[in-house]
Amino acid sequence: MIRFVVTRLEAHPAWVRWGLLAAGLLLAFGLPWTLYPPVATDILCWALFAVAFDLLLGHAGLLSFGHAAFWGTSAYATGLIAIHSGLPFYAAVLCGAVAAAVLAVPIGFLGVRRSGIYFAMVTLAFAQMVYFVANQWSGLTGGENGLQGIPRTLPGVDLSDSFVFYYAALPVVLLGLLAAWRVVHSPFGRVVAAVRDNPARARALGYPVDRYKVVVFTISAFLSGLAGGLYAVNHGFASLQEVYWTTSGKVVVMTVLGGIGTLWGSLIGAGVIVRLEDWLATAGFDEVGLVTGGIFIVVVMLFRRGLWGTATHLLRRRFGALSEDTGEKHRPEHDREAPSQPVPS
Amino acid sequence: MSQSPAILSTQNLVKEFQGFRAVDGVDLNVREGTVHALVGPNGAGKTTLFNLLTGFLPASAGRIALGGRDITGQPPEHIARLGVARSFQVTSLFAEVTACAHVELALQATAGLGRSFWRSDKQMRRFTSRAMELLDQVGLARHATRSAGSLPYGHKRALELALALALDPKVLLLDEPTAGMGLEDVDRTVALIGRVREDRTVVMVEHNMNVVGSLADTVTVLQHGRVLAEGPYRDVRSDPKVVEAYLGADVA
Repeated sequence: MIRFVVTRLEAHPAWVRWGLLAAGLLLAFGLPWTLYPPVATDILCWALFAVAFDLLLGHAGLLSFGHAAFWGTSAYATGLIAIHSGLPFYAAVLCGAVAAAVLAVPIGFLGVRRSGIYFAMVTLAFAQMVYFVANQWSGLTGGENGLQGIPRTLPGVDLSDSFVFYYAALPVVLLGLLAAWRVVHSPFGRVVAAVRDNPARARALGYPVDRYKVVVFTISAFLSGLAGGLYAVNHGFASLQEVYWTTSGKVVVMTVLGGIGTLWGSLIGAGVIVRLEDWLATAGFDEVGLVTGGIFIVVVMLFRRGLWGTATHLLRRRFGALSEDTGEKHRPEHDREAPSQPVPS
Repeated sequence: MSQSPAILSTQNLVKEFQGFRAVDGVDLNVREGTVHALVGPNGAGKTTLFNLLTGFLPASAGRIALGGRDITGQPPEHIARLGVARSFQVTSLFAEVTACAHVELALQATAGLGRSFWRSDKQMRRFTSRAMELLDQVGLARHATRSAGSLPYGHKRALELALALALDPKVLLLDEPTAGMGLEDVDRTVALIGRVREDRTVVMVEHNMNVVGSLADTVTVLQHGRVLAEGPYRDVRSDPKVVEAYLGADVA
């Protein structure tokens, strides 16, 4: 029986992808039945944040160490709009994400002139400035107390039950994930991957590489903002934690844990970390960072491709054509030495 | 030969690296529609000159003009968009991308589709037939679906040429287009350059004197970053200064 399934899957690798997609959607719709609903919504938010981050790290090759700036800016902006305008929370989250994207333009513009560790440092410096502003401008943000009482407004629907709110938040996250997937598999995404692999060649072809980096940075910030805004509405609260550097670090851990450049791996990384933190906190264990940090080190040392990356690598070796990226990116290694066959035209 | 106007020219171009003058006051006039070869011993400044012409290095002094327009200090992507395409001496490709996707990426650069982040990359299939034509021209049609990293060196060089041609440039700068190729591939490349020069200007750095002799209208000999001699190949090769400095016992 298993043998039959395996041979069928070998013949139709696309089925594997549709199967995985169906399983993912089923899991997404069933999550609040198996978990405490606010935690399930947290997983959604962090998953979108991690995918947005992987869009930048995995596909553009830019390591930002200041993505809390976008998550947090949107958390505050969404909260303020929801409190003061009475707009449906969808509109508030959208405005928050736009605010994050607007902030990303100057940071990206200055950041992409540097690469590698310098890019990480520039983004960290800006994120710390955002933290400083949020802390000092307590009249607006509530400072140490955070921004309290963010409502879950949606005309005609009572969202006070977190179980219901999960299903209100889910479409936003799914749309965000769809957007990230579309960007990766677009003509623009091809150029971004080319710029990552060989910027000089991309420039010689006439592509303004810095502009492409700023755009992908801004898209990543927008999607991070969607996630951060939803998170604030979920908790009814936006705190300094949202703009603190540990939030930037957490999203790096999630993405690396899931597998850099795999996009969907980030979902798994986010799920594992949020679930684990919740479980440890419930168990009364305070040193959560010790455990997540330990797992992080083990994964980085033993499974360089991350959880998802390792799994798909093994599957790909089994099924050949199951490819997560642009198809031609992952040619089988043995192709390297094979004599080329004439193609009948 | 009639004297067509200069399409690419430099005036007293200098590139200095920490006191060392790699390019030292070069005046170059590439006339439109010609094949112009740059030759000279290693370290003569040929590749540095290429990098200056295409904006990959900033000039320390002097001017570069394209069709009468000053392009000194312009970034590489601007110069590429003005119609100057180059190949690289050290093969510079996207290792995991197929040969066909390389050419599609280059064709897309001139079509301006690359900004579309909301569309499917299936849109790029509109470039596939043209990409296959170009690959066929450089003799790579059979290898279209292989990743660039897996191609042998000579084929990588051919792919470099296909990428530059995909931009349909006014001026084609080729940095050692036949280096590392087998005899048969050299002949095909020479024939191809002979064909594509019909409606464009070609500047090439080349060590193979047979290639230079059969293609170049004008040869500029560089030594120590300066122009040693310039003129038609048969004049230059018999120039005593050149014979002494570069061609040496092989030709003399």
